[in-house]
Amino acid sequence: MAPMFPSNWFENPERAERLIQIAQSSFLPLVKGALTYTLSLTLLSFAFGLMLAIVTALARISRVSVLIGIARAYVSIIRGTPLLVQLFIIFYGLPSVGITIDPFPAAVIGFSLNVGAYASEIVRAAILSIPKGQWEAAYSIGMTYTQALRRIILPQAARVSVPPLSNSFVSLVKDTSLAASILVSEMFRKAQEIAAATYEPLLVYSEAALIYWVICLALSFLQDWLEQRLDRYVAR
Amino acid sequence: MIEITNLQKQFAGRDVLRGISLTIEKGKVLVIIGPSGSGKTTLLRCLNLLETPDLGTIRIGDVKLDFAQKTDKALITRLRKQTGMVFQNYNLFPHMTALENVMEGPVTVKKEPKEAARAKALSLLTKVGLADKVDAYPYQLSGGQQQRVGIARALAMDPQVMLFDEPTSALDPELVGEVLKVMKELANDGMTMLVVTHEMGFAREVADEVIFMDQGVIVERGNPETLFAHPQEERTRQFLQLLL
Repeated sequence: MAPMFPSNWFENPERAERLIQIAQSSFLPLVKGALTYTLSLTLLSFAFGLMLAIVTALARISRVSVLIGIARAYVSIIRGTPLLVQLFIIFYGLPSVGITIDPFPAAVIGFSLNVGAYASEIVRAAILSIPKGQWEAAYSIGMTYTQALRRIILPQAARVSVPPLSNSFVSLVKDTSLAASILVSEMFRKAQEIAAATYEPLLVYSEAALIYWVICLALSFLQDWLEQRLDRYVAR
Repeated sequence: MIEITNLQKQFAGRDVLRGISLTIEKGKVLVIIGPSGSGKTTLLRCLNLLETPDLGTIRIGDVKLDFAQKTDKALITRLRKQTGMVFQNYNLFPHMTALENVMEGPVTVKKEPKEAARAKALSLLTKVGLADKVDAYPYQLSGGQQQRVGIARALAMDPQVMLFDEPTSALDPELVGEVLKVMKELANDGMTMLVVTHEMGFAREVADEVIFMDQGVIVERGNPETLFAHPQEERTRQFLQLLL
């Protein structure tokens, strides 16, 4: 049996060659898994989650006690239970009450609910950070609540919330690996399959980790760009 | 033109307006003076419905609201559209250029075509002396310039009456003149104006009438010459002494 430790790679040219070969042959399937599932899962869940977050934040700052109650309960339940458990309830649990959802949509629902709850607090804080005078100025030129929100408040709140939302986004990229446990063939599940077939977990999982890191690195560049763009109207 | 009867407003159990009645004719300039806490800013904000009065009526043009009854949102918006508000702290939209600030109301609220709104905004900014600053963001403008953009933004909605809430109080002294000049021109053009201010020179020169408010009531009103030279009420006299 071949020794398992990397220090022996160099003493055993055959094994080194085999590792390189596995690395090469697993790279494309992993990237494909990342591009088809990890990214789409992230983007869809973040888009839905952000909409949910804005609605929840508006409910929280409304003066309607029923809306406030619903929003608080939602945020409390999602934040107070593990994401993995939520995914299991949606995918493995709901079929017993007759609701069967395919792995991918089940994952999108789970992650969207999660992002919605966490990001709603960010959006709420951002909206509340905009001075009251901005609402008044908007109303004074005849705007309705919705117009004031869409044209005046949210664009300014967006600037404030980019850094914390980027955090949520990066977390989401990594959290999508949990979808492997509900049979979504995203990158981490691909990695598990390859690792099982080749018996090289260290190599394959490191490769997956590297790809996650590259994606997150790209995202932080995107964040910098976005922050600069949104900062153009602020005195420095 | 503007008719206010028995306007009352409480904040947390404290009477801020205690039955204000007032009529203002079209084209007149009314200056409101008074110590802080006298209710003068609240009166102005009630006319713009930024505060909802507890009782009384407001009529501007042909829109009338009676606050004894439950007020209808559509009517509030209609009344609000008759008035233009200029704030002490300008409250310009920081994410928009001067031009975009002025265009925002016509485009978003009145659904005017962008080109027409742009042309109008340009002419208004020219009128307030900022033709060369149309593409500047608020943070790139001085306080006086920002306030003039604020005036142009309010004018863009074609209000029947302009409300000024201490428009020069946040300005450095050397910038007060440029804002007052724009306001004088506006008065000369025949705009109906309600101005809360401490600028006695402006009041003397431009106002058709001066109102002295204290503790939520109108204590005294008259033309600026008479009121400043021969105040009838003791409270008016005390306030003017502190000011002049």
